[in-house]
Amino acid sequence: MNLQAIRAIYMFEMSRTRRTLLQSIVSPVISTSLYFVVFGAAIGSRITQIEGISYGAFIVPGLIMLTLLQQSVTNASFGIYFPRFVGTIYEILSAPISYLEIVTGYVGAAATKSILVGLIILATAFFFVPLRIDHPVWMVGFLVLTAITFCLFGFIIGIWADGFEKLQVIPLLVITPLTFLGGSFYSINLLPPFWQKVALVNPVVYLISGFRWSFYGISDVSVGVSLAMTCVFLVICLSIVAWIFKTGYRLRN
Amino acid sequence: MHAPVPPAVISVADLSKTYASGFEALKNIDLSIRRGEIFALLGPNGAGKTTLISIICGIVNPTLGSVTVDGHDIRDGYRAARAKIGLVPQELTTDAFESVWKTVSFSRGLFGKRPNPAHIQRVLKDLSLFDKRNDKIMTLSGGMKRRVMIAKALSHEPQILFLDEPSAGVDVSLRKDMWQLVRELRESGVTIILTTHYIEEAEDMADRIGMMSKGELILVEDKATLMRKLGKKQLTLELNAPLEAVPAMFAAYDIALADEGRELVYTYDTKAERTGITTLLEELKRAGVGFKDLRTTQSSLEDIFVDLTSR
Repeated sequence: MNLQAIRAIYMFEMSRTRRTLLQSIVSPVISTSLYFVVFGAAIGSRITQIEGISYGAFIVPGLIMLTLLQQSVTNASFGIYFPRFVGTIYEILSAPISYLEIVTGYVGAAATKSILVGLIILATAFFFVPLRIDHPVWMVGFLVLTAITFCLFGFIIGIWADGFEKLQVIPLLVITPLTFLGGSFYSINLLPPFWQKVALVNPVVYLISGFRWSFYGISDVSVGVSLAMTCVFLVICLSIVAWIFKTGYRLRN
Repeated sequence: MHAPVPPAVISVADLSKTYASGFEALKNIDLSIRRGEIFALLGPNGAGKTTLISIICGIVNPTLGSVTVDGHDIRDGYRAARAKIGLVPQELTTDAFESVWKTVSFSRGLFGKRPNPAHIQRVLKDLSLFDKRNDKIMTLSGGMKRRVMIAKALSHEPQILFLDEPSAGVDVSLRKDMWQLVRELRESGVTIILTTHYIEEAEDMADRIGMMSKGELILVEDKATLMRKLGKKQLTLELNAPLEAVPAMFAAYDIALADEGRELVYTYDTKAERTGITTLLEELKRAGVGFKDLRTTQSSLEDIFVDLTSR
């Protein structure tokens, strides 16, 4: 293991986070706070409780997931796309470092940043709504697992993209709709039966459901299924990354 | 008696690269680089020099063939192989927002070496970058950025250094510093492979020269041998009256007629003690061969390319 290299990439990426502290950490906090104000306080006060949880509190896990997914994909895709764009990737490719080590460095740093953002949002939420966390260990588990999975997904996008537009397209056209439709702001049990079935195709449903369970012990689908689906997605992303490096796709050709 | 050939530090065998577009960038390259030499790779744009370097350094996957670096296969033993190599690519590609010190230290870590501030300091001082160590790279001039890239390549104490067009867009002072550094590195046992368009640089620096054209390695030769070929010069005299044949009295000279006898071409060696021009002109005068104009031409690198590739 080239631990020095993992450390170098990780520290390099984290120092990028520090340089862009305002946009990295502060802006998601502000935008999430706005969600609380709009959905939690303004609209939420008109909505009755969902499964015994006040609406403001109900949306907290969904909001954290929403930001976590967006942040993970954006951080990780930008982290690997930028060196490709400016050409400094040559150094990574010529270094005595394995694929796994490259991924660990980049995805580790991106996931760290997303998890930090997620925890900051959680702390912010305490100011707005009464919160309880029934299963804190699971909560952290889902947070970490989801962050890593979607950072891997972002990493793939960062390698696939050959322009800044493509870099934006997936978060905008895929992640955001899936998250909004995945039960960030409602329980999918509120949907008509047909749409409940459709919703189960959306992988984000499982993430949010499991994460919400770790807070309140309520879920749309069983926790085991949530966990399994998250792991399946993780394995799919890992396989794609392995394939990318094996073939040199967009990197060594 | 031949001096024993030093062992190869890089062996390239039957290496080919065809890009996805179908472009054949390299065709069956065989090359061995000797330990401790300065090897200059020459060739026009698009000849495949950068592709060859990129494959050896692990940036591009080869289509066919094999490469070993100090005995380590670049695929199976990529860690050991790449750890020995420092690369200064042709394009000026640096981070913008990092400081000089951080980016050079980053490179060292990437190559698996423990932090060593004393070494980084030495490299930066050698490249006159130490005063700029805390500056953001984006604030540096092009020449300074080039120095940063050299510093990055030297940060992990490589045994083999690749310099791809190091003198492109570089001012005289950096060029001098750089060649001085290259000489010092070579003294310390580092093998250096460089590409350049400038024959003078190769002439100054290299022990051996390889020429590439259209994806092929058309020639690998000791510099001294090649320079003898490059040292040929031609004197062309435009005659007042055309000649049927070269007069017998000039048989000792390497002389030929051109342009249907209207021109007389004398080929001579600039490296020889005497070029023979003065005596030739005197003898021509005595023989009554008059000329209205004269010009000299030196066979350039391009001529050699044309000559070699047209065969």
